[in-house]
Amino acid sequence: MVDFAGYELPVNYPAGIIAEHTWTREHAGLFDVSHMGQALLTGEGASARLETLLPGDLQNLGARKIRYSQFTNAGGGILDDLMVTKLDEAGDVLFLVVNAACKRADFAHMKTHLPDLALTVLEDRALIALQGPQAAQALERHVPGASALPFMTQQEFCWREQDLYISRSGYTGEDGFEISIAASFAQDFAETLLAEEEVQAVGLGARDSLRLEAGLCLYGHDIDTTTSPVEAGLNWSISKRRRAEGGFPGAARIQREFLEGPARKRVGLMLDGKAPAREGADIADDSGAIIGRVTSGGFAPSLGKPIAIGYVPPKHAAPGTPVSLIVRGKPLSAHVAPLPFVPNRYHR
Amino acid sequence: MSKVLFTEDHEYIIVDGDVGAVGVTDFAQKQLGDVVFVELPQVGKQLKPGEQAGVVESVKAASDVFAPVSGEVVATNAALEETPALVNEDPQGRGWFFKVKIAEPAELEQLMDETAYEALVAAQG
Repeated sequence: MVDFAGYELPVNYPAGIIAEHTWTREHAGLFDVSHMGQALLTGEGASARLETLLPGDLQNLGARKIRYSQFTNAGGGILDDLMVTKLDEAGDVLFLVVNAACKRADFAHMKTHLPDLALTVLEDRALIALQGPQAAQALERHVPGASALPFMTQQEFCWREQDLYISRSGYTGEDGFEISIAASFAQDFAETLLAEEEVQAVGLGARDSLRLEAGLCLYGHDIDTTTSPVEAGLNWSISKRRRAEGGFPGAARIQREFLEGPARKRVGLMLDGKAPAREGADIADDSGAIIGRVTSGGFAPSLGKPIAIGYVPPKHAAPGTPVSLIVRGKPLSAHVAPLPFVPNRYHR
Repeated sequence: MSKVLFTEDHEYIIVDGDVGAVGVTDFAQKQLGDVVFVELPQVGKQLKPGEQAGVVESVKAASDVFAPVSGEVVATNAALEETPALVNEDPQGRGWFFKVKIAEPAELEQLMDETAYEALVAAQG
C-alpha cells in the first residue's frame, strides 16, 4: 500500500503489476479510483460559464456526452485535467471528475470564479473503473443495457435500487467503464464484479503502465502548471470555435501556440535496450546536448520493453528521431515514437 | 560446503571457498515486484563492502544492489540480460547477480546467518 494524494492505495494485488496489466489488456481489470473528485456543477448556463475556466467546447456537446478538458491558468499552463459530462440538453447540469491531488484546489477555483453556480461535491460516491475487452460483457450481466453505451457518453443505471452513473470511458486505452456508486454500496458492487470470471482487481502500478502505453497524460508528471495543452499534444481537446474565440485562462499563449507552434512538444520515447528510463531523466540529442526531460517512464508489459514520455523541441519531435536518455550518468539509446505506444481499442 | 550469509539491505552471498555468489533475497524480490532489468558490475571491478555494485529495475522502481564484502568481480550472470525475471523466479539460485573473489574473509563475520536474517525479515514484514 502507498499513500496517493492522502489515500492509501495498493500498488498491486498479489498477482503483480505485469499480470494485472496483461489481464486488463486481455480480459477486464477492476480499479478502485474513488480517490478521484466527483462533483455536480449546476446553474443556468453552467456549460458556458465553465468554458471561462477551460478550453474545452462544452456548448457544442450533446446531452449525456463527455468531454476531456483542462483547467488552465493565466499563463496557459494546466491546473488539472478533468472529464466533464453534460447531463441535460440545456447544459445547466454538469458532472465533473477531477484528479485526487488537485480536487480541493479545483473545487475552490470553481467556487471563486463561478460563484453564481452551485458546486455539489459528491463526497459519498465511490468510483470504480472496469477496463478491458471483456468489461462490457461482465458489466452487462449485472447492469443490463450498459454494454450498449456509446464511447464517451454517460447514463444512469440502477443496481440494487442504487443509482449508478456509468460512463463509457477510462484511462487504459481499452474499452471500459467508470462507474459512480454510493460509497456504502461500492464494496458489494466491486465484489459482485470481481466474482465474474473475466474480472480481476488491478492496482496503481498497472494503472500507470496501462495509461503510459496508451500515451495518456498523468497530471503532476506529464502535464502541470508550466505545460500548455498544445505542448502536451492535447490539441484535439480544443475545438475550432474555442481556438478562434478564446475566452479561457491563458488563451493568449495557447492561441499563439496554435498559430506559431509550441516551444516544446510531448513525445513518446522508445528505448532501444532493456534498461528503463524514469521520470526526471534528461533527454539528449545526437550531439549529446540536453534538449528535454522524461516526465513518465517505465516498462511496457504489452511491448516487453521500456518506454517513456517526455518533452523535446519540435525539431526533435518527429517519430524516428534518435535521442539518448541519461540514466545514472549513462546515455541510453532511444528514439521518438508515435503515441499511443499500444493502439487504443475504445468502443466506437 | 557452501554457506549463505545476508546483509541488512537484503543481499545474500553464497560462500563457496574464496568465491561468493551475490544476489537479492526472496524477501527483496517480493518487495520489488516484477524485475525487468538488472545492471551488473563489470568483471574485474574491485568492490568494497556497502559499495553500489549493480541496479535492479522492477516495473515499480530502480533499486541499488550493494556489495556485501570487498573483492574482485569474477563473473556475472549473463542469463539475467535475457531473462531478468529469474530474480523473481529463483532469487537464490538461477537469479544470482555476480560472483566476487572474497578479499577479506573476516568481513563475512559482519553478515547475518539465515536465522538472524529470518528474524530481520519477520520484524520488517
